[in-house]
Amino acid sequence: MSASTTSRHHILSVLVENKAGVLARVASLFSRRGYNIFSLAVAPTDDERFSRITIVVDVESAPLEQIVQQLDKLVNVVSISELAPERAIERELLLATVEAGPEQRVEVAALAGIFHGTVIDVASDRVTVAVTGTPDALDGVEDLLSPFGIVELQRTGRVALPKLGSRRRLQPVADRAG
Amino acid sequence: MRLTGAQALIKSLEMQQVETIFGLPGGAILPVYDPLLDSSIRHILVRHEQGAGHAAEGYAHVTGRPGVAMVTSGPGATNIVTPLMDAMMDSIPLVVVSGQVATGSIGTDAFQETAITSITMGITKHNWLVTDAADIPRVVAEAFHVATTGRPGPVLIDVPKDISNATMDWYWPSADDLDLPGFHPVTEGDPALVRRAAELILGAQRPVIYAGGGILKARAAQALRALAERTGIPVVTTLMARGAFPDSHPLNLGMPGMHGNYTAVTAMQQADLLLALGSRFDDRVTGRISAFAPGAKVVHVDIDPAELGKVRRPDVAIAGDCRVVIEELLTALDQLGLDGEGVAAPSSPAAQRPDSAPWIAQVRQWQQEHPLRYRQEEGGPLKPQFVVEALRDMTPDDTIVAAGVGQHQMWASQYWRFDHPYTWVNSGGAGTMGFAVPAAIGAKVGRPGSMVWAIDGDGCFQMTAQELVTATAERIPVKIAILNNAYLGMVRQWQELFYEERYSEVYLSPDLPDYVKWAEAMGCVGMRVETPEDVAPAIDKANAIDDRPVVIDFRTDAFEKVYPMVPAGASNDDIIEGPAEGEGGR
Ligand SMILES: Cc1ncc(C[n+]2csc(CCOP(=O)(O)OP(=O)(O)O)c2C)c(N)n1
Ligand SMILES: [Mg+2]
Repeated sequence: MSASTTSRHHILSVLVENKAGVLARVASLFSRRGYNIFSLAVAPTDDERFSRITIVVDVESAPLEQIVQQLDKLVNVVSISELAPERAIERELLLATVEAGPEQRVEVAALAGIFHGTVIDVASDRVTVAVTGTPDALDGVEDLLSPFGIVELQRTGRVALPKLGSRRRLQPVADRAG
Repeated sequence: MRLTGAQALIKSLEMQQVETIFGLPGGAILPVYDPLLDSSIRHILVRHEQGAGHAAEGYAHVTGRPGVAMVTSGPGATNIVTPLMDAMMDSIPLVVVSGQVATGSIGTDAFQETAITSITMGITKHNWLVTDAADIPRVVAEAFHVATTGRPGPVLIDVPKDISNATMDWYWPSADDLDLPGFHPVTEGDPALVRRAAELILGAQRPVIYAGGGILKARAAQALRALAERTGIPVVTTLMARGAFPDSHPLNLGMPGMHGNYTAVTAMQQADLLLALGSRFDDRVTGRISAFAPGAKVVHVDIDPAELGKVRRPDVAIAGDCRVVIEELLTALDQLGLDGEGVAAPSSPAAQRPDSAPWIAQVRQWQQEHPLRYRQEEGGPLKPQFVVEALRDMTPDDTIVAAGVGQHQMWASQYWRFDHPYTWVNSGGAGTMGFAVPAAIGAKVGRPGSMVWAIDGDGCFQMTAQELVTATAERIPVKIAILNNAYLGMVRQWQELFYEERYSEVYLSPDLPDYVKWAEAMGCVGMRVETPEDVAPAIDKANAIDDRPVVIDFRTDAFEKVYPMVPAGASNDDIIEGPAEGEGGR
């Protein structure tokens, strides 16, 4: 994800009923209406009846408002809030296994260290690192790791919360829970 | 009271005042068919589950109540996928109950197992897989609530066999017991927006009301009439809204769109204000969207907020029920000085209203210069429009008309005179061939006192004709007019016009099958009409038969085409009116 795509990103925080098939309903809606997703993460909430889906949508594929209204029609969707990118704190986790013999190992570890990451597994010719950061920073990490030879790489997709002190916290764009 | 899940299901349907279920049993739904024997609910045994679905749609169309269908698992359930999709496209309230294999077998590719909730996820408003017999009354109540509240639509309840056989303590949920934390449709319009809309109405020089199927869903026909009459604004009624405003009303311009009439299409193109009420800017109405009604401001009222701005960005977007919002609009017009008679109070904002006479005169001129036209030559081939006009003129004016999909559907919509709401039953958004026969049956069940005619194509008829066996067996006296042009006519029309007359797989034959014999084999009266003179006597005879279905095979001119026409993707300004008078349909 490059910086230029950031303006196309909008983060939707979607409170859904914690019922079988809800994620499939959300995913199926995005696919049948041709909306692009940059990332999607699901997590339980402190209320066991609900889960929270954090979706980063590409507003170039459809206007945000249309995406929100269509999502809101899903009976299991309780409320939707938009996190404006400039008012959100976002983090993502990256795990990468790269080719690194004894010589490169230190280099990889140092690189991970710059991003406050750590080496979490080592073999004679490979290391696995874990780095948490903003999606942009992780793009950078990916670029820097690739010359070593990436064997496997996984990212979680971002989760986000509103910045403290921002005037409005989550901006409800559709809220039927009332 | 201890009940089995199956008993609870039937009892729940009774609690919802269900009178009729269209269905066909099988293994997974067997337990539910047993208590049905002891129920007051009438079950109509169809010959194909698609028929059950369309019949339930026809029933819902004419009654406004949800249609109910019941099918078994696997192929039974997949056979009703098309009606679910059709009902989703046209916002028809439909409740389908499907059997499912026992919960312990789900996921094992058991006999007749299919994940129907996954399959129908995108073509239902919502669906449920019941996993506990105790949930059945609540789920049924939720299903009816979702199907009928807000924008109506189809729902499906999938009931595994072991759940039907399990026992539960009977209860009936109150509204508070429904577990739908994410379902709260809006009905009332935002007063500030309603006021803004009223101001736009009073400022417009060339306004048009673009009435859609939402008017009928909201039971807003009377409100619409009050609005049109008070403001003097002409109304177009889309394919889904035929009957929502009387065709014989002087302000009715008829149907817009791809096969709409010149005046309806052109008035929208030239309008400076479109008042879109329960309509959704379907591509069949707008033509090329970038060229649609370029000078018009748009007020869009719809109960589904996702429709507002989906296709065309409105200047005023009002989420709400059409009837409620129209009534709010009337109040706002009152406040701006336009009274119930359409008279403006002196020095009120309404008194500044531009004179509407030039616009109405313009519309009248278009109507005079560009009528719908066809010519029935004496001794010439029978024209399909002539048949539709004869049917229209020889039946009571509240006759219900169901149509298939194709040329005959467009002629039916163009040439019928719809003066009552809920008399037009058709598949608009989906364009499902085979809709007419079962939908007519469902309509007749819903409104047994009305005459029901289906205007069908020969191609469509062959898709679902076997439901006439159901109609005969259940004594449902529907009447079917087949406009038999021996072709998949609408496709043939496109091949003629846009593929240099290269006809690819559109010929059907006029007499294979023999429709009269087929009708008779299904217990119907069958007739054949080949000349204009024989049209009226056959219709007379059919109208007199009330103890069984009737099928008339009208052999119509295969070369006749539907005009006017806006080619797909073209601008509505490029409407083609067809050959000049007298050139015939070739
Ligand atoms: C299930 C289905 N299959 C295919 C089509 C495409 N289609 C639209 S109209 C039409 C021809 C219909 O033929 P017929 O019923 O004879 O009506 P006509 O146009 O001749 O009046 C076809 C094949 C469709 N709408 N529905
Ligand atoms: Mg035909």
